[in-house]
Amino acid sequence: MPAKYFEIRWHSRAGQGGKSAAQLVAETVLEEGKHAQAFPEYGAERSGAPMRAFNRISEGRIRVHHSVESPDVVVVIDDTLLSPTIVSGLKEDGVLIVNTKHSFDFVRKKTNFNGKVCIVNATDIALQEIKRGVPNTVMIGTLARVTGLMNLEMVGKKIREMFERKLPEEMIQANIRALRRGYEEVQCSG
Amino acid sequence: MAAKNVMAITGAEAAAYAMKQIEPDVVAAYPITPQTPIVEYFAKYVADGEVRTEMIPVESEHSAMSAVVGAAAAGARAMTATSSQGLALMSEIVYIASSLRLPIVMGLVNRALSAPINIHCDHSDAMMVRDSGWIQLFCEDAQEVYDLTILAVRLAEHEDVRLPVLVNQDGFIISHGVEPVEVLPDDVVKKFVGELKPVYPLLDTDHPVTYGPLDLYDYYFEHKRQQIEAMKHAYRVFPQIAEEFYEISGRKYNFVEPYRLEDAEYVMVALGSTNGTIKDVVDEMRSEGKKVGLLKIWMFRPFPKPEIQRYLTARKAVVVLDRAASFGAEAPLYEAVKSALYEAAARPVMGSFVYGLGGRDLKPEHVRYAFERAIALDLVADKEEYLGLRD
Repeated sequence: MPAKYFEIRWHSRAGQGGKSAAQLVAETVLEEGKHAQAFPEYGAERSGAPMRAFNRISEGRIRVHHSVESPDVVVVIDDTLLSPTIVSGLKEDGVLIVNTKHSFDFVRKKTNFNGKVCIVNATDIALQEIKRGVPNTVMIGTLARVTGLMNLEMVGKKIREMFERKLPEEMIQANIRALRRGYEEVQCSG
Repeated sequence: MAAKNVMAITGAEAAAYAMKQIEPDVVAAYPITPQTPIVEYFAKYVADGEVRTEMIPVESEHSAMSAVVGAAAAGARAMTATSSQGLALMSEIVYIASSLRLPIVMGLVNRALSAPINIHCDHSDAMMVRDSGWIQLFCEDAQEVYDLTILAVRLAEHEDVRLPVLVNQDGFIISHGVEPVEVLPDDVVKKFVGELKPVYPLLDTDHPVTYGPLDLYDYYFEHKRQQIEAMKHAYRVFPQIAEEFYEISGRKYNFVEPYRLEDAEYVMVALGSTNGTIKDVVDEMRSEGKKVGLLKIWMFRPFPKPEIQRYLTARKAVVVLDRAASFGAEAPLYEAVKSALYEAAARPVMGSFVYGLGGRDLKPEHVRYAFERAIALDLVADKEEYLGLRD
């Protein structure tokens, strides 16, 4: 039988790091001995345009190469993208994770989603720690907490590897602090 | 055996990483759209001093292929990469590269051709140069991109072949998708590809030669015949090189990959990344007791007719999936498979499905639908049908 797949759909605006987040998740999961794919969906390439990226994760080898239709988790990096279509295909027992400073009610009203919702104020955390409103590392921390897919230390190690040659040490540490706060400060509905 | 080195990279990076280890003498590329991340990654290796390759940024794709042709004729190992409109613009020189018998390896990220403008995957670009005399390999995933790029160098440069090779990977689906890729140590790859042995290099000024002179009805035809024969040699040589590659990598390649075919009665045939999706559907349907299987095509040119005959003769039904249309004729892969079975002792019922143009997603239920049609023997050999298309 084909492997069982755990699927994640990321919604962000181009420039917010949705694609990089999916890639980092795939790298971390692979390092932990599981199998993973990460793939973005390209449309018009302009900063601020809504974009989607996907992860497919499995204990066994992944062979399929089609889009993710019914994800287990939807991660929304920008809450101005919230609408009923954002949860299309999301499994009933799936989770909607949103970067927002608003309440659960706000998210439910925008999406009509009645399943499990998790919220985190990732933009503020990113502004405080990284001094830039790029909340993707925070969201990875949140995802790690909500799904238990990844070990936080391993994600930190991967962030270090990814940025080692691009960013100064204090920025790497800021990203890892942001990651940790995403893990700690998420709130989930019952 | 050393610990396996698995990297999480895209198909584009897998191609570039293979190129880094091959370390060709010359890479020429046009650096903006529709170019691919392959040359972007490779340019970084050059800038970081990780390879000693001469990187030539040219002013168009036509010039990219021209520069690579010049370099290869001079006796250099030359590579490049392109996609869709880029290949269209180079196509004049693409024909010349094979006609001059130059062993160039080019990564092709398969994307739709304009118009209308579309950046996503289909095989129209590869099919546009189907009859240009290049060997064509198709990859299912990023691992195959890495492996076949390395293998292609040996195939292209083999003294009996001396033909350019296209290594196809599905645009975005593979080129921009991150997957695990097991890479070989640099020295193993370098030893495998070895040194290029130039044949009649222009730089050998003690033995001056002319490339591409006027050649009219007196000898042009004979020269074309030599090209036809060289393709046959590629068919003969490929398994030997694949066997050597197996020895260093543990990964087996061939003209085709049969998947659960032993007792299969209903067989699908396809190119590229779709094969992975089909494999999952085959497993699912097998668990329901349905005798389905897959014949994946790795080598599309030269077309492996004997393998098609061996694996498909006497099956109950065969469905061929094409990610390109041939306007006014049968789709390219279907046409080739159907023609190969003309003299088969027992011909299967056949059906043609075109899918995925312009990046339209092929879902498992589409694959299942095509299999169900085969199982019902509800196929008409002369009718082209479509998967995932609005009526």
